[in-house]
Amino acid sequence: MDRLGLSGRVAIVSGSSRGIGLAIAKRLAEHGAAVVLNGLRDEGSLRDRADEISKAYAVRVIPVIADVSTDAGAQSLVRSAYSEFRRLDIMVNNAGVLRDSLIGMIGSDDIDETLRINLRSVITGTQAASRLMLRNKSGSIVNIASIIGRFGNKGQLVYGASKAGVIGATYSAAKELAPSGIRVNAIAPGFIDTDMVRSINEDVFAERIRSIAMGRIGSPEDIADAALFFASDLSRYVTGQVLGVDGGMLI
Amino acid sequence: MVNKKGRSSGGMTMKDVESKTMDVFRSVLSLPVAMSWEALVYNEYPGWDSVAHMSIVAKLEESFDCMLDMQDVLDMSSFQKAVSIMGKYSG
Repeated sequence: MDRLGLSGRVAIVSGSSRGIGLAIAKRLAEHGAAVVLNGLRDEGSLRDRADEISKAYAVRVIPVIADVSTDAGAQSLVRSAYSEFRRLDIMVNNAGVLRDSLIGMIGSDDIDETLRINLRSVITGTQAASRLMLRNKSGSIVNIASIIGRFGNKGQLVYGASKAGVIGATYSAAKELAPSGIRVNAIAPGFIDTDMVRSINEDVFAERIRSIAMGRIGSPEDIADAALFFASDLSRYVTGQVLGVDGGMLI
Repeated sequence: MVNKKGRSSGGMTMKDVESKTMDVFRSVLSLPVAMSWEALVYNEYPGWDSVAHMSIVAKLEESFDCMLDMQDVLDMSSFQKAVSIMGKYSG
């Protein structure tokens, strides 16, 4: 029995050329969903990834280069799913950037860019995806927020604000779309082993690990499993929730 | 785009586009058989609120097998405007 109900469904995962997004795309494909893979550049590499996933799990995977921080990019990503599959069941708004700066050192370009990529893309992605989902009166939107958006952290004023915005957008969209059978939830990852965290120095890394009750850094697959839950029928009666996936991290 | 013969870019006549658009509005807003289509204006005609608007857009997209640009969704402020917009997508 297919309790997850993903077979034959179509998913978009924004920012899925690597890291958390790629792990989510793989997990959804593993359970039978067709996937639209998205990256900002390097079409060849994205196509290779799509081919690998498609072969590994025998599902259709299409690569789409689109800048989801622009209205046109967000629309073209959803339009690609429509052109290729004529439906959309799962939208994972994952694309994001991490820029740390102390309050006095934040440039205005960094503010705009972080908000555009981390927050605006979630809003426009939700707009475009929900219109397609409305046709079937069903769907699941999964937004990737952050533990920083829930509790804050020094040096992460803009990043925290953008991710708190994602959580607010999740709550509001969930209320508006629930009558149409569309669920909207968010995941708030803690300290996850991605390119974003590999640049931090050893002392800070060790300090972060000490703050995690489970004593280890999270893996992209830890997040992917939570996304699988929200994307699937296992969470059919769950909407407007923010799930911390952080190993008991304290900030 | 609509040419001089009243055909949309996809080959449907504007009469066809209008008729298809009427069907969508009828079904979403439960319109009576006899009515003034000119009176069908967003946020003025009873029942055509923002929630109904999204249902109209979804049905139009389904019916015309297309995806509307966000600006067209926002510009669709009357039935007449809807017909004109859908003319761009009929094909």
